[in-house]
Amino acid sequence: MLAFLLRRISTALLVALTVSSLTFSLNFLSGDPAIALAGESATQEDLQTIREAYGYDKPIPVQYFNWLTGALQGDLGQSHYLNQPVADEIFQRLPTTMTLGLSALVFALVLSIPLGVLAAIRPNSLFDRFALTVAVVGQAMPSFWFALTMMLWFAINWRILPVSGSNTWLHFVMPSIALGYYITPGVMRLTRAGMLEVLRSDYIRTARAKGVSRFSLMFKHALRNAIIPVVSLAAVQFGFMLGGSIVIETIFAINGLGFLAWESIQRADLPMMQAIVLVLSFFYIALTFLADVLNAWLDPRIRIG
Amino acid sequence: MGNLMKHSGKIGEHMTNSTKPILSIRNLTVALPVQVERANAVENLTFDVRPKEILCVVGESGSGKSITSLATMGLLASSLKVTGGEIEFDGRDVLKLSESEHNKLRGDRMAMIFQEPMTALNPAYTVGNQIEEVLRVHRSFDAAERRERTLKLLDEVRLPDPERLFNSYPHQLSGGQRQRIMIAMALALDPKLLIADEPTTALDVTTQKQILHLLKQLNAKHDAGIMFITHDFGVVAEIADRVVVMRHGQIVEQGTADEVLNNPQHPYTRALIDAVPRRAEDREMTISENPVVVDVQGLMKTFHTSGGMFKKSRTVAAVNDISFQVRRGETLGIVGESGSGKTTLVRCLMRLIDPDSGAINISGVDFASKTAAELRRHRKDIQIVFQDPYGSLNPRRTIGSQLIQGAINFGMPREEAWKRVYELLEIVQMPKYSVHRYPSQFSGGQRQRLCIARALVVNPKVLIADEAVSALDVSIQREVLKLINDIRDRLGLTVIFITHDLRVAAQICNEVLVMKHGEVVERGGVGRIFTNPQHEYTKALIAAQPGQGWEIPDMAEFAPQTLSGGHKVAEI
Amino acid sequence: MSTLQNNAPTMPSEALVRSPRQMMFQHAKTHRGLMLGGFVIAVIVLVALLAPLIAPHDPYAQMLSRKLIPPVWFDSPKTTWDHVLGTDHLGRDYLSRLMYGARISLMIGFSAMLISGVIGTILGICAGYFGGRVDMVINFIITTRLSMPVVLVALAVISIVGSSLTVVIWVIGLLIWDRFAVVVRSATQQVRGLDFVASAQALGSSTPRILFSDVLPNISNHIIVIATLEMAHAILLEAALSFLGLGVQPPTPSWGLMISDAKGLMFFDGWLIAVPGTALFMLVLAINLLGDGLRDVTAPEDRS
Repeated sequence: MLAFLLRRISTALLVALTVSSLTFSLNFLSGDPAIALAGESATQEDLQTIREAYGYDKPIPVQYFNWLTGALQGDLGQSHYLNQPVADEIFQRLPTTMTLGLSALVFALVLSIPLGVLAAIRPNSLFDRFALTVAVVGQAMPSFWFALTMMLWFAINWRILPVSGSNTWLHFVMPSIALGYYITPGVMRLTRAGMLEVLRSDYIRTARAKGVSRFSLMFKHALRNAIIPVVSLAAVQFGFMLGGSIVIETIFAINGLGFLAWESIQRADLPMMQAIVLVLSFFYIALTFLADVLNAWLDPRIRIG
Repeated sequence: MGNLMKHSGKIGEHMTNSTKPILSIRNLTVALPVQVERANAVENLTFDVRPKEILCVVGESGSGKSITSLATMGLLASSLKVTGGEIEFDGRDVLKLSESEHNKLRGDRMAMIFQEPMTALNPAYTVGNQIEEVLRVHRSFDAAERRERTLKLLDEVRLPDPERLFNSYPHQLSGGQRQRIMIAMALALDPKLLIADEPTTALDVTTQKQILHLLKQLNAKHDAGIMFITHDFGVVAEIADRVVVMRHGQIVEQGTADEVLNNPQHPYTRALIDAVPRRAEDREMTISENPVVVDVQGLMKTFHTSGGMFKKSRTVAAVNDISFQVRRGETLGIVGESGSGKTTLVRCLMRLIDPDSGAINISGVDFASKTAAELRRHRKDIQIVFQDPYGSLNPRRTIGSQLIQGAINFGMPREEAWKRVYELLEIVQMPKYSVHRYPSQFSGGQRQRLCIARALVVNPKVLIADEAVSALDVSIQREVLKLINDIRDRLGLTVIFITHDLRVAAQICNEVLVMKHGEVVERGGVGRIFTNPQHEYTKALIAAQPGQGWEIPDMAEFAPQTLSGGHKVAEI
Repeated sequence: MSTLQNNAPTMPSEALVRSPRQMMFQHAKTHRGLMLGGFVIAVIVLVALLAPLIAPHDPYAQMLSRKLIPPVWFDSPKTTWDHVLGTDHLGRDYLSRLMYGARISLMIGFSAMLISGVIGTILGICAGYFGGRVDMVINFIITTRLSMPVVLVALAVISIVGSSLTVVIWVIGLLIWDRFAVVVRSATQQVRGLDFVASAQALGSSTPRILFSDVLPNISNHIIVIATLEMAHAILLEAALSFLGLGVQPPTPSWGLMISDAKGLMFFDGWLIAVPGTALFMLVLAINLLGDGLRDVTAPEDRS
């Protein structure tokens, strides 16, 4: 148990390090970061001042090291635009995005897992085709178009939901649906495929030979095994949703990290952008690790070995 | 007529005892979905199973032998429809039962165990839980009672340490142990009918012997009638009271074990029995003066499995200091069960994996020490035919392009290479137009012939047959073995024949090497090994062959059979 | 002996030869989703290719006197058959912009798919075939890539480097190769374990030859299926980036950009977002149907 955890953690740390250095290298994408900051028309003096102030005059590895150690201590730099620590802003907005993400995840799971299971129980039936249509439509629909269309109907034409903002729980309904629908096809298809495969396996035949009831067969025997990859997929997809929330948050003006990312891109606030990418990446890494652990815990073959 | 070993002494009783059969199948016909070779999976089947008897249903692949059992249990695939006949079990026609009524019978009055123990148990629940489930579904015992009964069952199937085993998961158990669990589950409620569908086919021969022995003991204790499906006549001789022989979905012969095994009437039964591998006479060949072609000295290969999630890492010496020699023209058999290291040995010989140390001299060239680049030139001296005819040919390339590949690699000009390919196709008795076809258009036996041709195109000195006939039906096996023998004599080849089945080795080998846990435990002439084995393990292997007491009758004594002669295109 | 011969399947006769490829084509023709998807894509590609010839107006031509004309099926005095799908807020013909927009979507989708396909396939084959350390390193690379939020990174990079068609294509291409790599890796591993690869080695085939003749043909199905799905992915990604203002730049007619332009106006002129949205939806749907159909026909065991 310990060896496994240690190895996964060290891999995760290594990945985190790599991601952070890639994020850091964003500074140098456009050449001289000082010019990016001050503009083309700045004088050499000004540029030098900026360099010293932000530490751009130091060698790159040193800059990276400083930045990284700062980040680990919670100092993600100073926002160029807001002139306040980046970390404050991020952690203030984080809960909103998390709320959005979690409610979207709940919506997605509640919709897709039952659909996937029922579709697998009656393959090629009308219901199965319906479920597959839901999946196929969901995969083809641009999330922003779906969001706008929902806004048009529910908020503007029928006036049953608020248009934008993030004050009450009602404000989260449409965004959650739009965001959740993004991952519904994947989870549904995996559930369905997993169930179909499991239902073909020998141990299901053994269970039938024992006279086990159909219900028990589906849920106790089949789903218990089929759900394992779905759980870890859901954990990973949750991360994707957090990253993809930028579009939805921008449309619905939800005051979360995504919206913050959008604003900072508009304002060319590089430290803020970098910090958001970093925070989200670390979330992904943590979620992947969690997914692995869940996987190991749910499957006795891995848990006990 | 020949002797049939009286394995339980109760044959005599049964034949005079006119007890009512527990299972009565009458004119059963099951239709196949369209687009397959014949119209019906099984046609007009009629036979009985009586209480306390073991009925063996024998047939080759595609004979439909499993269909009846699945129909009885109500587990037929939905694409297979019963179009006629009835199956009377315990007074009722099960074909007329509703699904829920049938479900009540399953596990309680009728039970079934299957072929693949490795995948037959649910990996997510403990073994104890799964046995208890039968009790939970059909009876209303309380938890303590269920547990007690389960522990007793585990004991009855001779599993050690039932308490600990109760809480184990399937993946922690071996194939033999899992099969015992399956038997325990099947017998939990003392059913009237037990169906066993090739339950020992996937097990080692020594494990098979234990399971068969267990079944016989249980048969003596319980009243259940057992329907045992198999393709192996040795197993039939070992345990059957009565026998049903099937072919192409029809019964060709049925009777007592004595009748069918020692006095078969139907030509198909006779042909099948004729094809059963039997002990060979000692083949003294004048090859002892021939030069040594394969010389292996001190070969070692160790595997380290890195710890899994929770496992400790393990070191396994798959090949542990092995040395042997093979002379030109000889056929050496390497016999071992799973885990013996024979697969690793073969891969080292072929240098498909790198040995840790030791020398492998093939016709003067040390395969073990050369670099991959140097080695390539010499690879043509030793070629291999694998076990699985379905994985050995690239489904996306024509046969021709695959056969010719080796020759091209070693620099033969195209025209000459094609000539050689056609030559070899003739030798393996396959038609010329095979070169334009794809592997999916050939049967298993035909593919093996093509694989042999592919191996021989480069004119090797040594041919390794790695379980090359294990996946084939016994009648086809015989043909392919004959082919290998013929080729060896015609082309002056040296053959190394890997198998887990001593009887098959006895068919074509001069000498046999017995392996266990990475080491050679015995070597000798094939006749001597059978009549006078020295090592404990060899003795155990020989003793484990099913059907020891059965002296296979010589079919030549029966109605004259036409022998096939000349070079015909092989259809199998 | 003769009785045993009857057991066996008969030799395929000289006449009725069907290679696996031919059988696949037969099966494909009967698959509704595949045919439907293929047909719609063909239509859209045709429209895109012929746009300069068949578009009724210049997509860039602004006619401010004619702004915001609704499509012909609306009940309004302003509609005219001269502008079948109406005009946008700058008086540009919507139908023409839609047609030219198809070119953008298809071009970006296809190019990004090629770039990511090459990267992902090479990584996947190396990881799957060579295993060991190579696999470990490549797995690490894949994990690192999977740990980065695609949309955000794309936005960040484009905002720094500047957005142009080429930049968008390369950024997307360099970010979406992960699925190729994962699927190709697992397919290659599977093929690697089959005996015909070992036979090829035993027969002296060199590694490049084995990769080309034995591995690649057996994984090409998987590659094609993922290629179609990733093309759809790329198209949606570009649309999202353009919608956020960091994809294709105005006045180039990208469907995502058209939706973005219209979002302020959608309260009154909902069709402004409905039209390009529907076009996007149909193109992506068609590509997905084609990809799913291909998967059903060539590699049904992959379905998930």
